[in-house]
Amino acid sequence: MEVRVAFSGPKSLSGKEFTYCPGCHHGIIHRLVAEVIDELGIQEKTIMVAPVGCSVFAYEFFDVDGTVAPHGRALAVATGMKRALPDRVVFTYQGDGDLAAIGTAETVHAANRGEKLTTIFVNNAVYGMTGGQMAPTTLLGQKTTTTPYGRRAENDGYPIHMSEILSTMRGVAYLERVTVSTPQDIRNAKKAIKKAFLAQIKNIGFGLVEVLSTCPTNWGMTPVEAQQWLLENMTKEFPPKLFIDRVGD
Amino acid sequence: MAKVEGYIEIDAERCKGCGLCINACPVNVIEFSEDFNSKGYHPARYKGEGCIACGFCYLSCPDVCITVFRGARKKSPVNV
Repeated sequence: MEVRVAFSGPKSLSGKEFTYCPGCHHGIIHRLVAEVIDELGIQEKTIMVAPVGCSVFAYEFFDVDGTVAPHGRALAVATGMKRALPDRVVFTYQGDGDLAAIGTAETVHAANRGEKLTTIFVNNAVYGMTGGQMAPTTLLGQKTTTTPYGRRAENDGYPIHMSEILSTMRGVAYLERVTVSTPQDIRNAKKAIKKAFLAQIKNIGFGLVEVLSTCPTNWGMTPVEAQQWLLENMTKEFPPKLFIDRVGD
Repeated sequence: MAKVEGYIEIDAERCKGCGLCINACPVNVIEFSEDFNSKGYHPARYKGEGCIACGFCYLSCPDVCITVFRGARKKSPVNV
């Protein structure tokens, strides 16, 4: 039997070593996005907008054109790019501190305008880069450096559900929440990311995939424990679900 | 169905020893190396036999360290 390569890294990644902590799901999500770019054959016309957060250097890891937006403003910058260059494929890659806190207005309005953009929203329920403070998506009772006794609703409010909010917007063409904790979930996440790109390429509307991600360092767990914690706790607050699919097959 | 034979190659210098591939492997053929890489981690290592080329380790690896080959490791691998 002839030996052949069954699985190897996508060519839309630059090959630079990721600067993420061991076991961080950013790397998996980066690879999935790059695989989708490869499969759709859009590497030459893709522009990415990196956020502020752990993935601030994401433009270094992808072999596509890209820039970094000020904190939370990735979708505003992407809107300008897409309107100036409508034949390009523009995507943003944002965390929950970026998209769901400081960038809420930009996100909600870009979705509501139905901008032909794709957003990968990585939700790890914590501010990763700055050292594990409470994010808007932090679960009730979850300990962070700014909620050492756990998040309490009376003091800190409730976890924000961005996908549920965006699911009411008529400009959204594809919206799904996925996890990347098991090989099956990773395959499903890739399909979702592909559809979110197709929503843009087919000119239907705004596409967003919320990916639940671990942060082993700030959660204080091993990577394997963090995956288990995500499946047991985060998916209860943020159940994986297909909200909107106007892309079709 | 005939048993699928395969093997994996792990870029030990790139690996951060997170263990997600070891956790994902359904046939338990990956382990931590006793050696350190230059970053100071114990990288993952293929035990040498038993791989079924399912690709779960590749899918789970957050650092794109793993290449999965289908077929027995005798000839030099051919890219497809």
